[in-house]
Amino acid sequence: MAIDAAHVTKRFGDFVALDDVSVDIPTGALTALLGPSGGGKSTLLRIIAGLEQADSGTITIEGEEATRLSPQRRNVGFVFQHYAAFKHMTVYRNVAFGLEIRKVPKDKIRRRVTELLELVHLDAMAHRYPAQLSGGQRQRMALARALAVEPKVLLLDEPFGALDAQVRKELRTWLRRLHDEVHVTTVFVTHDQEEAMEVADSIVVLANGRVEQSGRPDELYERPANDFVMSFLGPVTTLGGELVRPHDLEVLVQPAQDTVPATVLRVVRLGFEVRVEVLLDGVETWAQVTRTTAARLGLQSGSTVYVRPERVSADSDSLVASA
Amino acid sequence: MPELSSAAPKVAASTVSKVALRSVALTYLFFLLVLPLLLICWRTFDHGLTPVWTALSSASALHAFKVTVIVAVLAVALNTVFGVGVAILLVRHDFPGKRVLNAFIDLPLAVSPVVVGLALVLVYGNTTALGGWFSDHGFPIIFSIPGMVLATVFVSLPLIVRAVAPVLAEVGVEQEQAAWTLGASPWAAFRRITLPAIRWALAYGMVLALARSLGEYGAVAVVSGRLVDQTQTLTLFVEERYQNFDQAAAYAASFALAFLAVVILLLIKFLRPKDSA
Repeated sequence: MAIDAAHVTKRFGDFVALDDVSVDIPTGALTALLGPSGGGKSTLLRIIAGLEQADSGTITIEGEEATRLSPQRRNVGFVFQHYAAFKHMTVYRNVAFGLEIRKVPKDKIRRRVTELLELVHLDAMAHRYPAQLSGGQRQRMALARALAVEPKVLLLDEPFGALDAQVRKELRTWLRRLHDEVHVTTVFVTHDQEEAMEVADSIVVLANGRVEQSGRPDELYERPANDFVMSFLGPVTTLGGELVRPHDLEVLVQPAQDTVPATVLRVVRLGFEVRVEVLLDGVETWAQVTRTTAARLGLQSGSTVYVRPERVSADSDSLVASA
Repeated sequence: MPELSSAAPKVAASTVSKVALRSVALTYLFFLLVLPLLLICWRTFDHGLTPVWTALSSASALHAFKVTVIVAVLAVALNTVFGVGVAILLVRHDFPGKRVLNAFIDLPLAVSPVVVGLALVLVYGNTTALGGWFSDHGFPIIFSIPGMVLATVFVSLPLIVRAVAPVLAEVGVEQEQAAWTLGASPWAAFRRITLPAIRWALAYGMVLALARSLGEYGAVAVVSGRLVDQTQTLTLFVEERYQNFDQAAAYAASFALAFLAVVILLLIKFLRPKDSA
């Protein structure tokens, strides 16, 4: 394990940010700490970096006990949501900072910084100041700066949180590719489940200062440990008091085995997918079907349909469902 | 067209009130500020440059210059260290008594400098325990440079803190924390990251403090003992020359002080818009 956080508890006054949290981060992987705001994920990241002190519990980084180590001596790279760019330094000097502090010879610094700036596609911007860069460029600079000192682990605190949707999507794909190239153990904090599912090798869901579940993205999606994880990771609706995914509901025009009758309230077309809002036993719920299915069933508001949970255990089923 | 006809007098009224307001402000400033300063200039150069030069290059005037500069520079240096330290303490840390400290910082603005001077004499006067001890060890405080520096530090105390603290708050801690994770010691992070971030605000505060220190009269008058050619600053020199009917010297020194003030004012104007506005 690259990072082993054991029984970490942290309070801010009366507020319990982390309540006996234990997390293992595997070496070389890209792990997401996912959860709602105030769930404790950033606090955990800052405790791993040494920027906060845990009230109790231990942090081990690459086998070395780090609980009482200062941030300077943990050898972690940290990337902040708002970049924390050194405003009075050029991009080049920003990236070189950690190496200059370590008194690395000048020519070696030049080689390493040039290499990193190429890696993050900022080689043309080396002599600009952070104020002359876009948000995405600043964040890539911050990443290069953190990587320059060859950290044992790279920690990213909501790295794309301050960027607009388009840049966010580009950067997350780019981060995934970068990680495949660099292979440094990486932990990033996010409240965006889509981002976590898309980028991470494994996800730790944190809420109310506790770990709700951890595992591979598909494991969490298919086998959520509880209703919270299920509803946090994707859209949910209810069928007979149980939580189900709307795309796991089969909508039929004839009654069949296990079906429940329902009245269509509204049919909302959202491009490829169609959202069928129905009244079922007096409760409003919804199912997600494809455009083709909706056309085939001839769904209209007021018509009666029959709904049942789709069996998703077999691979062929999920293929059909997404086709 | 009732709307147009009603709009026209409104415009006229606002022009009239604008002109009136401007004239009042300018007249006020003229009588309060411009006229006295002009008169000082006029009186200074009434008999040409030679008497001014003679007055300013007299041994006493030069000595007063020297004392003023020594006291002001030492006071600004001390206040720079103290001001940045306190600003960091107030902005970055939470501790019991923080509000009290915050309120105390502004005290020198409220207390009359004469009272400050007297208070310092009470604590550090040569007949008191503390002052006596210093004096016995060859380092008298009152009626000597250290006391004058103390008094000047006291009166210009808030200027640097108040210039630096808001900028420090705006800059935030993240750049420093980023520097720590990159291996920079707290001192290295301060020197290479924090100090450059606050440099214009600090320069602004230092210039303000310098202006205040050069012009200080009340507190320094009490603690210096006004010893001619020993503890006489330029402001004390002006007062002493004027009392002794040496108006040429008094005006010349006044002009020098006013001239310094204008230079400093221009410096402040130059520094301010950078990032401390």
